[in-house]
Amino acid sequence: MSLALDPEMAEIVKVFFEESAEGLDAMESGLLSLDASADRETINTIFRAAHSIKGGAGTFGFMEISEFTHAVETLLDRMRNGTHAVTSEAVQVLLQSVDVMRDMLKLAQAGAPIVSPSAASLTARLAQMLEGAEARSAEPAPMPATGSPAGAVRCWRIRFTPHSSLFRTCNDPLAMFSQLESLGTLRVAVTEQLPALDLLDPTLCHLAWTLEVTGAIERAQLVEIFDWVDANSAVEFELLEPRETAAGSAEAVGTAAAAGTAAAAGSAEAVGTAAAAGTPGTTGTTGTAASAAAPAAPALMRPSTAALEQSPSLAALGQTPSPPAAAGAATPRAGADAGSIRVATEKVDALINLVGELVITQSMLGRFSEDFSTSDLEALRRGLSSLARNTRELQESVLKIRMLPISFSFNRFPRLVHELSRKLGKKVELRLSGEGTELDKTVLEKIGDPLVHLVRNSLDHGLERPEARLAAGKPESGLLELNAYHEGGNIIIEVKDDGAGLNKTKILAKARERGLVAADAVLSDEQIYNLIFLPGFSTADQVSDVSGRGVGMDVVRRNITDLGGQVQIGSTPGRGSIIRIRLPLTLAILEGQMVRVGRETYVISLVSIIETVQPKRAQVQTITGRSELLKHRDEYLPVIRLHEMFGIEPGSRTLTDGLLIVAESDGQRVAILVDELLAQQQVVIKSLDANFRAVPGLAGATIHGDGRVALILDVPSLIGKYHAEGRRAPELAA
Amino acid sequence: MSAVQVARGTDEARLADEEGALEQYVSFRLGDDRYAVPIGRVQEIKCWDAVTRVPYTPPFLLGVVNLRGAIVPVIDLRLRFALGHAPYDANTVIVVVRVPGERGERTAGLVVDAVSEVHDVPVRAIQPAPDLAGMSELACIRGVAQLEERLVMLLDVERLVTASILAEAA
Amino acid sequence: MATILAVDDSASMRQMVTFTLKQAGYAVMEAADGVEALELARRHAVNLVLTDVNMPNMDGITLVRELRQLDAYKFVPMLVLTTEAGQDKKMQGKQAGATGWLVKPFNPAKLLATIAKVL
Repeated sequence: MSLALDPEMAEIVKVFFEESAEGLDAMESGLLSLDASADRETINTIFRAAHSIKGGAGTFGFMEISEFTHAVETLLDRMRNGTHAVTSEAVQVLLQSVDVMRDMLKLAQAGAPIVSPSAASLTARLAQMLEGAEARSAEPAPMPATGSPAGAVRCWRIRFTPHSSLFRTCNDPLAMFSQLESLGTLRVAVTEQLPALDLLDPTLCHLAWTLEVTGAIERAQLVEIFDWVDANSAVEFELLEPRETAAGSAEAVGTAAAAGTAAAAGSAEAVGTAAAAGTPGTTGTTGTAASAAAPAAPALMRPSTAALEQSPSLAALGQTPSPPAAAGAATPRAGADAGSIRVATEKVDALINLVGELVITQSMLGRFSEDFSTSDLEALRRGLSSLARNTRELQESVLKIRMLPISFSFNRFPRLVHELSRKLGKKVELRLSGEGTELDKTVLEKIGDPLVHLVRNSLDHGLERPEARLAAGKPESGLLELNAYHEGGNIIIEVKDDGAGLNKTKILAKARERGLVAADAVLSDEQIYNLIFLPGFSTADQVSDVSGRGVGMDVVRRNITDLGGQVQIGSTPGRGSIIRIRLPLTLAILEGQMVRVGRETYVISLVSIIETVQPKRAQVQTITGRSELLKHRDEYLPVIRLHEMFGIEPGSRTLTDGLLIVAESDGQRVAILVDELLAQQQVVIKSLDANFRAVPGLAGATIHGDGRVALILDVPSLIGKYHAEGRRAPELAA
Repeated sequence: MSAVQVARGTDEARLADEEGALEQYVSFRLGDDRYAVPIGRVQEIKCWDAVTRVPYTPPFLLGVVNLRGAIVPVIDLRLRFALGHAPYDANTVIVVVRVPGERGERTAGLVVDAVSEVHDVPVRAIQPAPDLAGMSELACIRGVAQLEERLVMLLDVERLVTASILAEAA
Repeated sequence: MATILAVDDSASMRQMVTFTLKQAGYAVMEAADGVEALELARRHAVNLVLTDVNMPNMDGITLVRELRQLDAYKFVPMLVLTTEAGQDKKMQGKQAGATGWLVKPFNPAKLLATIAKVL
């Protein structure tokens, strides 16, 4: 890298990485939409993204990226001006190029060498597509030669006849001449074709010059100085025999140049002097004419024009390009920081407002500590109630900061579906809705992989091939829907397809074959569908490499329950399947049901609770003298006596004295016996792990309003512990 | 009695120079015995508070307590050292210690009968723990010292806390 | 102190340019596309305009053309940022009224040197 990376620059490079990542996303979604229609504006957007990345990469020293992106940009440029067709092959190559660019950027960000194995072959393919018409050699931008290169002293004659519009583009001959002067000794002679005074337009250039510059100068340097002169102007370079420059003309040089500029600037004084000096080619008429026109000419002048005539050397004005900034060795950059969040400024503003309200409440309450009388009691109460409200609002606001829209996760699916459907030879339409639904950053990150697996499953096993669909009277294109919305304190994510649905018979047969279910067991539809969540289960006749082996539905479910969520499957044979995931909005806060067992308080996550039942004698059955079952809506649920499991003294051991909380996890339902239901409230989850250790049956702890610690139950592990303790639930009977 | 915050000594309290080096200990009473822990490990002394029992833990892990928002485990040293349970009364205190652990620092509370005082113990005065049928291992005693005519057992707090917390229920 | 208007749709490029120019003692205003730039140019006086070519809403060449129609900008130097292969862009820029160009990628030294040629 050629940039000296001072801290400010390093921050700017970070911005480059961020915007490039966004640019690549924009390229990808743009390219995916190009399949349908070659919309001009879309191609433009894709082009601009590539162009920006290329420019930035080059500027910040990531030459490999800049070079690779050049071919991509060229192809896109041709596509946008119509000289190259928008074929699906081109789109495919471009999509693969986006992948390579992503990899390269990641490597650059991590400070690693930017090496991509696919880059070479893709570059070759791109070159092929561009038909080698522009087999571009990677040359760096030409750097201006600074100073005099070692070499023979030469004398150049330059005939410079600018187009009359030269000044209208603010090209200033004076600047060019001063640059010439920095290269060597300069002699200037001006010629002019001034029209009559009343036709004179001071904004036009009516002058031409013949210059002679002597020094160790290469032609390229002269070309560079006159680089900006347009095609309508004439510049000729002629190499002369070296000869002495009259020293005495130094002064004339200065004033002659001044004369040239002055004519444009309308500086009467300077022109006058030039006229007076009688430099070759200048006539008195020029001077007066120009001075008369002076007021009309807009100020193009340099403040130092007047000073010009005094100083014979123009070197002071001509600024030589300063040497390139000290190039630091390519310092490996710290890896992209994994723990940061981009927050919408509105959220931060809301937070600031709430803190402001809190400060007001606090100072109001603070007054009472100074002097307090019983008449202030009402005001104190109101203050405390404000405090409670402020705290709650602040808490919600802070948590919102960690919330991101699920689009961050959904965004990968258009590409994924595009690639997979091609691979599988299926036609799929992907519909996303609720992309703006927000959820906690950590939950968002962890739900990504499970969703990918579910989508892959739908595409691989759910959706049929086009022929099969047509034969079944369905549209050729399968429909895959990803849906997200808020419900209660949770986020619901649905993965829906209109494919063949789940095959109950096959699933049941497989489960029986694997001994997961008794041969004569009768299961409801839902129970059968839930069998696919059991470890090692797969009914695919051949395990395709698409869904992969070993990343089973059991892992998907475990990931979801680890997040405190639940997953359900629904299906209609021949019509499709739907997977519904319910997740808490945030991991730090739980909507909980407080319960009392004996003198202890526990919290059960509302997500797990189906309902609460006041059991009647007739609903409860005892099996083998020890286990109890609750008859609940055609099901028999095992009863979990918390006081027995936890070793607490209960309020009452009589089942009918207490309440049974019907809870569900992983498709299993149980009834948990408690003495009393307390409030439903939000609790802040505190980990037991930090200072303590993981305890079976517990998800964490929280601090209750009275300052005491209340333990939070973990329903899945509670159920697991219950079974492990040997009180096995009997086989489910009808 | 309100919670007393003991000024946290740091490990730099141990002088580099072995000669005449002093270590500071806080001593406390369990029944008739005296024990002590390095002052650098003591965060504060807390009065007895309601402890929430945690299931599936050995009896000497009384449970957890709220310490200004942190969930801190409480270890009953009498039960841990098999000294027999004593009723908790107004003098019972919890010595809150902080020890380095696997994942950063760990905080725990030790229930003792009463706290005595802070001692400056010359390093040379510390003798190795007597080997009493593995008792030293259990109690995590790293040494003994004669302080004001009493024998005080100096505890290895790190080992004590880690072992207690990770101990399986009986 | 001269004021420079830097126009580029890439935030990192804008920041790099601003940082470099400010360090050299210039005052800088930023715009993300030609429309923003035109708006800023109408309300504030600048001594130099530095603009990228490819931008949404209004590209750099159109911006130069529009600016040249304003009295206040008839004689303000304007430079377009082009890539090596963009020979046509250079000419288009000139035709629209640009003073010259700066070839991408450029480093801070090149940027300052080029600006010094016109300011």
